[in-house]
Amino acid sequence: MTAELHEHEHEHDAGDATHAHGSVTVDELALAEELAGSGITGAGRVASADAAEYAMRLGDDALVLAQQLGMWITRAPELEEDVALGNIGLDLIGHARSLLHYAGTATGRSEDDLAYWRGEPEFRNTWLFEQPNGDFAHTIARQLVASLYLYELYRALEPSTDATIAAIAAKSVKEVDYHRDHAVQWVLRLAGGTDESRRRMIVAVTDTWPYVDELFVDDALTARLADDGVAVEPSTLRPAFEAAVDAVFAEARLERPTGRTAFIASGGGREGRHTEHLGPLLAEMQVLARQHPGASW
Amino acid sequence: MTSPADLSVVEREPSPEELQFNDLIAADSRIEPRDWMPEAYRKTLIRQISQHAHSEIIGMQPESNWITRAPSLKRKAILMAKVQDEAGHGLYLYSAAQTLGITRDEMMQQLIEGRARYSSIFNYPTPTWADMGAIGWLVDGAAICNQVPLCRASYGPYGRAMVRICKEESFHQRQGFEILLELMQGTEAQRQMAQDAVDRWYWPALQMFGPPDDQSPNSAQSMAWNIKRFSNDDLRQRFVGMLVPQAEVMGVTLPDPALKWNEETGQYDMSEIDWTEFDEVLAGRGPANAERIRRRREAHDEGAWVREAAAEYARKQSAREAVA
Repeated sequence: MTAELHEHEHEHDAGDATHAHGSVTVDELALAEELAGSGITGAGRVASADAAEYAMRLGDDALVLAQQLGMWITRAPELEEDVALGNIGLDLIGHARSLLHYAGTATGRSEDDLAYWRGEPEFRNTWLFEQPNGDFAHTIARQLVASLYLYELYRALEPSTDATIAAIAAKSVKEVDYHRDHAVQWVLRLAGGTDESRRRMIVAVTDTWPYVDELFVDDALTARLADDGVAVEPSTLRPAFEAAVDAVFAEARLERPTGRTAFIASGGGREGRHTEHLGPLLAEMQVLARQHPGASW
Repeated sequence: MTSPADLSVVEREPSPEELQFNDLIAADSRIEPRDWMPEAYRKTLIRQISQHAHSEIIGMQPESNWITRAPSLKRKAILMAKVQDEAGHGLYLYSAAQTLGITRDEMMQQLIEGRARYSSIFNYPTPTWADMGAIGWLVDGAAICNQVPLCRASYGPYGRAMVRICKEESFHQRQGFEILLELMQGTEAQRQMAQDAVDRWYWPALQMFGPPDDQSPNSAQSMAWNIKRFSNDDLRQRFVGMLVPQAEVMGVTLPDPALKWNEETGQYDMSEIDWTEFDEVLAGRGPANAERIRRRREAHDEGAWVREAAAEYARKQSAREAVA
């Protein structure tokens, strides 16, 4: 008993930095997995065709971003960032699994069928998520846009009339809130650090901004789902997103790109048209699964 | 040339703090950072804890090789969590070493300049997915056998870091076992992949316990100081005893034709370990030594501007607060 107390008294002498980042262990994952069997991913609920298509869009965004963040592990600027980017990637894989599982219920496909056996034109992610990691500033700029957008999105989906989407959103919004904080803190550090880091942050914002517009494009699917209260029109999320960006940029003394480098990419990810980056990313992700059709892992 | 064991022989009168240290060790109590400790004890611990931290950090690389290609989303998530746990273990251990008066920067510098050791096992490559199973089952399994006794190591911060680490390591080993089990129940190609990985990792895993007891120079002093609790050969026996029934459950063959339970000795008979390869890898001539250090150095160098930015930002912030 005294020995145990002794352990507790001294629990703070090592490793608290990592715990502040909310470390996820394999143990917790196993638990989440058990819960997923009967809880959040549907309890046998089958998605409507529209809800399935919508869940696939969101699931693909999360999956493609998670795949990219996984590439940072062992390559991050400091060990704490190996942990932090790994954590964010893990959260996103969790979101992707729930969403793709639900999307698959409409057509009898599993999350892995959707992740590993669809080709590039069948992926529905927007272009932002498939933009490469670049240097750390580019990853942070992408994280900033992605997390501010996803936070507004999941918050708006919490009252969804589709119980599965509502449950996934309620769980995800808490995690994305941390991703948002992580990205904002790094934008402030890089923009307000050295001349070199500020220069890199400005370049990264310029390179990332062309992919913002596509996130907020409405279409026939989102219009139908918004009518039923299942989803929201993406355009309705933009004011809150813009306000959040303004607040961060004001503190970081950054500006949105203007002039000749203020491109707006055409987009088309929701219809399966992608930039040159998605093909190699999927080839790497899918290679082993496709060498062994029908195998289980 | 004196062996490290001779360092404990003190010819002059022991000082009061030295007597107190000896009493703490004799009572199997813990030494804390503020306590007096012999310089050799401090050095031994810095060496051991930093090597252990480096092993966690370098050990992330062979597994991170498969994060992007993991064959299912569940496996991808588990693998990411595992590699990330290892980064966390490295951080706890660097913190524990820092309480002995060395900085993380110094340790990192020693690592990327090739002046520090880490577990040689991580200088082997991971050509197939089954290596994720074999690393978990064999490498993490061996690590657990080595590390569980370290939870009682006499130096407090080290022992406590090990308590945390061991909790997570047992899940790592279990997930490795599950990967191999799933493969062994799969297609012929999957079974071959699993057996091939076990063939490649078995002997290097046994070598993780270090040289046989009669050739282990640092062991005696470490055992006297209650840093080490069991001999290399005892731990190796214990590990093999754990593997044999698990291998049977999976249906994999351990690649040692001489492996057999010996009723008389109450131990497993096994083939002589071939230490030539181990010595080669230790000497820097393993398959991936250069690659591992290079990756760490590149990450460190490419991240320098980010760390400088964070430090500069923090400096500006505290200057601003001082003014306000």
